[in-house]
Amino acid sequence: MVIAKTVDGEIGIMPQHAPVLGVLVEGGVLRVKREGEGDLVAAVHGGFISVADNEVSVLAEVAELGSEVDVAAARDALDRAQASIEANQEDADAAIEAKRARARLRAAGEEV
Amino acid sequence: MGAQLRLLRRRINSVKSTAKITRAQELIASSRIVRAQQRMQAALPYEREITRAVTGVVSNAASVDHPLTVAKENPAQAGVLIVTSDSGFCGGFNANVLREAEALRGLLESRGLTVLPFVTGRKGVTWHTFRQREMGGSWVGFSRKPAYADAKEIATTLIDSFKEENGIDEIHIVSTEFVSMLTQNVVVKRVLPLEVEETEATEATAIPPYFEFEPTAGDVLESLLPRYVESRIFTALLQSAASEEAARRRAMKSATDNANELMRVLTQQMNQARQAEITQEISEIVGGANALADAAAGKE
Repeated sequence: MVIAKTVDGEIGIMPQHAPVLGVLVEGGVLRVKREGEGDLVAAVHGGFISVADNEVSVLAEVAELGSEVDVAAARDALDRAQASIEANQEDADAAIEAKRARARLRAAGEEV
Repeated sequence: MGAQLRLLRRRINSVKSTAKITRAQELIASSRIVRAQQRMQAALPYEREITRAVTGVVSNAASVDHPLTVAKENPAQAGVLIVTSDSGFCGGFNANVLREAEALRGLLESRGLTVLPFVTGRKGVTWHTFRQREMGGSWVGFSRKPAYADAKEIATTLIDSFKEENGIDEIHIVSTEFVSMLTQNVVVKRVLPLEVEETEATEATAIPPYFEFEPTAGDVLESLLPRYVESRIFTALLQSAASEEAARRRAMKSATDNANELMRVLTQQMNQARQAEITQEISEIVGGANALADAAAGKE
């Protein structure tokens, strides 16, 4: 089962799902539940999920597997982004930066 | 005679050092092709999927009217993205692309459109500035190793111009397609507006008859199309990078071969000159000795 977050909300895809094409949110966490193994978790920033012929493809502009996330760097990025948000409320770049950092931390299994 | 010998020796040395440079360039290019090819391969799945997704949306939601899909009724200006290389030493690589771009310009102008070139690669930019052609945009510095961010920047410029009221109405790409190490073709593609092809659905390319969209087909298309254009441009840049190295390898290989051949001919000439010099010296000595002997015989 694949769980992803589209702009409409979370979507869970089971085998034999009808064809879907969805827009993913910035800073989402994608989870692939696998039988017999642990979940495959990835931080996905923007992009699409497409389901067709029992095949799920995720097209992301930037993606990172949870196991590959540098937690310290992500936390650092989050702190910096939050600092610049506090300094300037309308800093859109920092807001996206914070979202991405949070997604990376969540994908790595950290509490945010 | 001595002077000619020295001249030949100097030429051989100069050809030899040129051959060293071209040989080194050839080897560098060969190793870069492999990497460029790998990068090309790595980008393939993304491009395939995004093309599939766009095809899915467009063929399922024929009612969707998006400014990026609809051909304007009276197109006035066409944008042509010309992908060239930053550095030379690659034979006819850039000349081929620019010739094709000129042919496209002629074709578009015969349809009554004005052409606005967008150029990547130092060679193409110089070509256009030398002819004082107006450019809609130019990018240099990444022809050997294009990053996705570069493609994104180009795509943003093109799409912004496309959306403008008096901007461009069509987007074409002229670039070099990498077929194999030996074959690279210059190709012209129209990216926008999308070309709708009526094809027979085969097993492999079949698109499911219906698609659900999250949230709506229009929204999906809105964010999908820029990504699609980016991906097309990125692929063109990667293919062009691989082709550039392949063209450079071939050009440098023939330059090295020519230098070796030249060296062989020059060495032969040099040996001939040396031999002639020795022969002359011998005949001078013999002649001198004979003259001395004659003089001595005359005295007695």
